[in-house]
Amino acid sequence: METFWFVAIATLWLGYLFLEGFDFGVGMLLRVLGRTESERGAMLTTIGPVWDGNEVWLIVAAGATFAAFPGWYASLFSAAYLLMLLILLGLIGRGVALEWRGKVDSDRWRARWDAVNGVGSLVATLGVGLLLSWNILGIPLDASGNRVGSPSAVLRWDTAVGALMFTGFALVHGAVFVSLKTDGVLRRRAHRFALGCLPWGLVPLLALVLVAQLREGFTWTWLPALAVPLAAAAAWWRLRAGAEGQAFALLGLTLAAAAVTLFGALYPNVLPSTVDAANSLTVQGAASSPYTLKVMTWLAAFGLPAVLVYQGWTYWVFRKRVVT
Amino acid sequence: MEVLDLARWQFGITTVYHFLMVPLTIGLSLLVAGMQTAWVRTDNPRYLRMTRFWGNLLLINFAMGVVTGIVQEFQFGMAWSEYSRFVGDVFGAPLAMEGLVAFFVESTFLGLWMFGWDRLPRRVHLACVWAFSLASVASAYFILSANSWMQHPVGVELVDGRPRLTSIWALLGNSTVLAAFPHTILGAFAVAATFLVGIGAWRLWKSRDGQDVWRASVRLGAWAGVVAFAGLGITGDLQGKLMFEQQPMKMASTEALCHTEQPASLSVFAIGDVSSPDCENVKSITVPALLSFLAKGDFHSEVTGVQDLVKQYQEKYGTNYPVDPRLGELSGKPIDYVPNLPVTYWGFRLMIGLGALGTSGGLAILWLTRRGRVPRSVWFPRTALAAIAMPFLANSFGWLFTEMGRQPFVVAPNPSGVDGVWMFTARAVSGLSVGEVLTSLIALTLVYGVLAVLEVTLIRRYVRKGLPEDEPAEEKPADDLTFAY
Ligand code: HDD
Ligand code: HEM
Ligand code: HEM
Repeated sequence: METFWFVAIATLWLGYLFLEGFDFGVGMLLRVLGRTESERGAMLTTIGPVWDGNEVWLIVAAGATFAAFPGWYASLFSAAYLLMLLILLGLIGRGVALEWRGKVDSDRWRARWDAVNGVGSLVATLGVGLLLSWNILGIPLDASGNRVGSPSAVLRWDTAVGALMFTGFALVHGAVFVSLKTDGVLRRRAHRFALGCLPWGLVPLLALVLVAQLREGFTWTWLPALAVPLAAAAAWWRLRAGAEGQAFALLGLTLAAAAVTLFGALYPNVLPSTVDAANSLTVQGAASSPYTLKVMTWLAAFGLPAVLVYQGWTYWVFRKRVVT
Repeated sequence: MEVLDLARWQFGITTVYHFLMVPLTIGLSLLVAGMQTAWVRTDNPRYLRMTRFWGNLLLINFAMGVVTGIVQEFQFGMAWSEYSRFVGDVFGAPLAMEGLVAFFVESTFLGLWMFGWDRLPRRVHLACVWAFSLASVASAYFILSANSWMQHPVGVELVDGRPRLTSIWALLGNSTVLAAFPHTILGAFAVAATFLVGIGAWRLWKSRDGQDVWRASVRLGAWAGVVAFAGLGITGDLQGKLMFEQQPMKMASTEALCHTEQPASLSVFAIGDVSSPDCENVKSITVPALLSFLAKGDFHSEVTGVQDLVKQYQEKYGTNYPVDPRLGELSGKPIDYVPNLPVTYWGFRLMIGLGALGTSGGLAILWLTRRGRVPRSVWFPRTALAAIAMPFLANSFGWLFTEMGRQPFVVAPNPSGVDGVWMFTARAVSGLSVGEVLTSLIALTLVYGVLAVLEVTLIRRYVRKGLPEDEPAEEKPADDLTFAY
């Protein structure tokens, strides 16, 4: 049961990275790909109906962690306090930028919010990338699960590889999404950008996967680890052939393989301590009682499929390409 | 400054702020859903224009509700990690349910509603707005069950010094949440109703076009307001009775009732310093025996005063904090069981007073606008606009007294529950440095301040412009973009 919930939370994170990845990518690329006001408007319309639903994946990942592994929730977010603050500020800026930009009809107003959106998305992706790297590679925790040392104690060079992993992925993913959901010049521009960016954008993710695999991996996690570059290469190949939908799915596969490796390598820890392995929070140790986990399992068994159905339906309703 | 104080300020500021958006979203979304239903059923374009106008305001506000809500979701782990460890087994479940059952529906169907005007069949589109608004009501239920558990822990056993959930149904059916939920939802209606009345009255007074739309909005708001404010009194009375049983100290401090009385009289207004628990220098206007009624439903029961309660609490929960470096300055110090009396006393009075004002205001509006009348005095729009602040304040005061009346406990002991399931606020806070919490407190306060200015500016601009140009999206799909982005 504990292991099931560990997998469930990894899945929620995967869903979050996959879905919000393109929202953030679109946010960061607004001024890069969107040359005119109407192009930027079109780009935003591609994510307009869905971004908030995507963000809820993060909220549920946090809520489920609180319910299933309270110790994990408490230790990670308090140890990474300032980083969390940055992520939250990024999300705040990005969220209001999306909803408010169209509420005043002025180019200057919109340009400002687009800038806020870009910076907010950048900060949020950097923050989430770093947070996950810290989680996978460890944080200095004492026996009661609190951070040892000052706020800077969590900074280490080896965790820096992960900082760009989500940003890079989001850029690629966002560009592919734009080329998948728009038409005309914008689509071609996004396509070209994605092709050029893909080989570079996924390097940090690959680097993090390798570091985690070499440090903490098992033999079986080599399998997904090796699938990461393969899936990425396939994505590039399909993209070049103009099959944007397949490339988009293959990027998802890349991310999934990376998530399996990272969380697989983490298991049976949920949050390793770099001070003393005995202080690490483990799946067994940090889990809630069997009763609570049972309640949560019922909830997820009914809840998650329903979410997938109606979120899927949204994408279907808005399946038409947006024209500028 | 200690981490504890900073974290409390931060929680208080961010939560009260979040709860400015929340009631407007809840109340307005239900009213907008009603307007759209009226349009679908009658085909009267007046209702469509109402839906579009108020719907747009709802969206401006919703954005803020979402971004401030995310801060809340993480704040327990960030600043209250000891609390999260202590209650995680119980408290996380309703939070996760809120996300999985309510927020997913809320956000997805709002997106569909916003962008779906010309893409969905009329009835499906209508169903979307209902799904959205009912999900926001559901979210309130889940989060309030979490909060009610902190006021009155039920459905748990104590294992290794921590509460462990034994029944999720006990938690969701807590008598406290059964009373708090209708009260809070009615509070949300009060907010949205006054919003409708205030803005509608101003436009009605000012503009020549769309008179029918503004009239209908004002009258809808006034009716909803009268019902909501009356309902608040009834449900509030229920809460008072529960509070007397479950948190006697909160009840006594709400009344600044220092000494036990039988029958106890209700203080309406006090002159002097209510902050001292021995009540020197306080002159108070009282209604005999009314407090007994509020607490027990009769006119002769005894209500225990603060001073006697302090003795009982000291016997049960100790006189001093344990010696523990993590308690900072409070380590080993005597425990102050008396909540902040001015806040509880005045918070309660302001909440009720503003509520009473709201009822009479709503009735006055209904009278003034009866049978097609439009008052011509400038005071009509002025008072109506100013009144918008009132239910917001009443809500904030309600929460301030509810939450601060629980101090020094973050999980208040349940007098008839399992022994040992309670927690001092001082024990709940994370082991952070002052610098960290100060940084976030300043950053969040500044950002929230800027956003508040922007939100109010946006709403004002939008209201000045009046009704959205014209008519149904079906004829002008391009209009969709102005509705959204
Ligand atoms: C009585 C109602 C109520 C109360 C007490 C709270 N909220 Fe709230 N919250 C809502 C009612 C609500 C809502 C009506 O559902 C919101 C407000 C505006 C909105 O967009 O949804 C919302 C939004 C909202 C969101 C964003 C959802 C999204 O992205 O769609 C989160 C993460 C939270 N809240 C979390 C919290 C937490 C952790 C709280 C506890 C301190 C809290 N809220 C108090
Ligand atoms: C939205 C309405 C709410 C408002 C306006 C509100 C307000 C407040 C305020 C002002 C405090 C600070 C009290 C003090 O420091 O003396 C506080 C404390 C707290 N509240 Fe609430 N609250 C609300 C809802 C909730 C909910 C729904 C929860 C839980 C799910 C909650 C959990 C807490 C916690 C954990 C504290 C601890 C900090 C402390 O006691 O100082 N609150 N709240
Ligand atoms: C007319 C008379 C009213 C009475 C008798 C009343 C009574 C109460 C009581 C007893 C509580 C405390 C519950 C507890 O701590 O256990 C409470 C809380 C609260 N009240 Fe009121 N109230 C009234 C009007 C209002 C109005 C007009 C509003 C807002 C528009 C409002 C909003 C709130 C809120 C937000 C809370 C805190 C959340 C909760 O516990 O539900 N109340 N009220």
